[in-house]
Amino acid sequence: MADTMQFDLVSPERRLASLSVREVQIPGAEGDLTAMPQHTPLITTLRPGLLVVKAEDGKESKYAVLGGFAEINPEATSVLAEHAVPADEMTAEVLEQFMADAAAMRETATAEQLDVLAKTAADIAALGAELGFSVKPAA
Amino acid sequence: MPSLKDLKTRIESVKNTRKITKAMQMVAAAKLRRAQEAAEAGRPYAERMNAVMAGLAAADSGSDTAPKLMAGTGDDKVHLLVIMTAERGLCGGFNSSIVKLARLHIAELTAAGKEVKILTVGKKGREQLKRDFSKNFVGHVDLSEVKNLGYTNAQDIMRDVIARFDTGEFDVAKVFYSIFHSVISQEPVAQQIIPAAFEASEDAAEEIGTIYDYEPEEEQILADLLPRAVATQIFTALLENGASEQGARMSAMDNATRNAGDMIDKLTIQYNRSRQAVITNELIEIISGAEAL
Repeated sequence: MADTMQFDLVSPERRLASLSVREVQIPGAEGDLTAMPQHTPLITTLRPGLLVVKAEDGKESKYAVLGGFAEINPEATSVLAEHAVPADEMTAEVLEQFMADAAAMRETATAEQLDVLAKTAADIAALGAELGFSVKPAA
Repeated sequence: MPSLKDLKTRIESVKNTRKITKAMQMVAAAKLRRAQEAAEAGRPYAERMNAVMAGLAAADSGSDTAPKLMAGTGDDKVHLLVIMTAERGLCGGFNSSIVKLARLHIAELTAAGKEVKILTVGKKGREQLKRDFSKNFVGHVDLSEVKNLGYTNAQDIMRDVIARFDTGEFDVAKVFYSIFHSVISQEPVAQQIIPAAFEASEDAAEEIGTIYDYEPEEEQILADLLPRAVATQIFTALLENGASEQGARMSAMDNATRNAGDMIDKLTIQYNRSRQAVITNELIEIISGAEAL
């Protein structure tokens, strides 16, 4: 049994990572999950959160992702994130930008979407806390 | 016959023009490289997105629950044309060829009795269409302040378009932009974005054979991803258009530089001939003056 799989992380603007990995922790919309080789085929949407990638050599790298989805195959996992930033490049400004985006979407949202957006905002705040930034969800 | 001094000023001025066009060509070349890189970098995302959407759409099509964005309103009376052009001129026929294609579409749609609404992206297209179609304008996206096209620009356009769709302003939306083939060849195209259609490429089609679990439900994912897919298509169009614009400008400026060179050569020959004529004239005057004595 193969113990590694191909992993790709792409955003619309660039390809952030493409390497062979042991496991990937994905912040799925319905809860976090860890994809390992031989995972059953799955497509899940993402919530704002931290993506943790464990490379073949055991090195871990983290990415903050916002919006998009993950496609998991037995041999490969690709994450398509609308916004993806390596955790060590993350700054408070970027987080605030995320927050502002969520707030902008609120203006056109229906009541049903408002709940989702409130959760998104909370997720962004939680992501910020995890990385040591404090960003408050816009009321 | 222009005087020697006139010719000299003329040559100087053409030389200055050549300097400017040469500089513009080099700037366009540098920008083209960046635009091409951006288009290149955006491709994997767009391709994956398209493949997944094609799979989802195939699974969900035909069901009554298919989202409106994909199924359409069931009508095609009102068309929204999103016309993407450059913010600046001096790029050959780039803007005109997109506008020409758009005009053709508008004429066809009007002839078929459809209503046409126009959303312009980029100033140049708006200027060209203003005279004939200003009553069809519903909005304009100004990108003149944008230095580096980002995904957020595409998102803003997507939100604008989808908000209009939700309020029932139109039934079908198309984007007009130019596909970048090479520096000398850009092809204006019209692509339908709403109702969304996804064509899977060949290797993607093979993959669709895999049966995926979906989390959350398929329909929910589809509803979540559709706007993103539309934004991705718009983003791809913006990037292609950006590369096309720089490519067109580069070759236009290259031509201009070459023409300026030709002109300088011609003027220089004319200048030398007139100078020679002046000298000959003076000599004749001196000699005939001496002979008269």
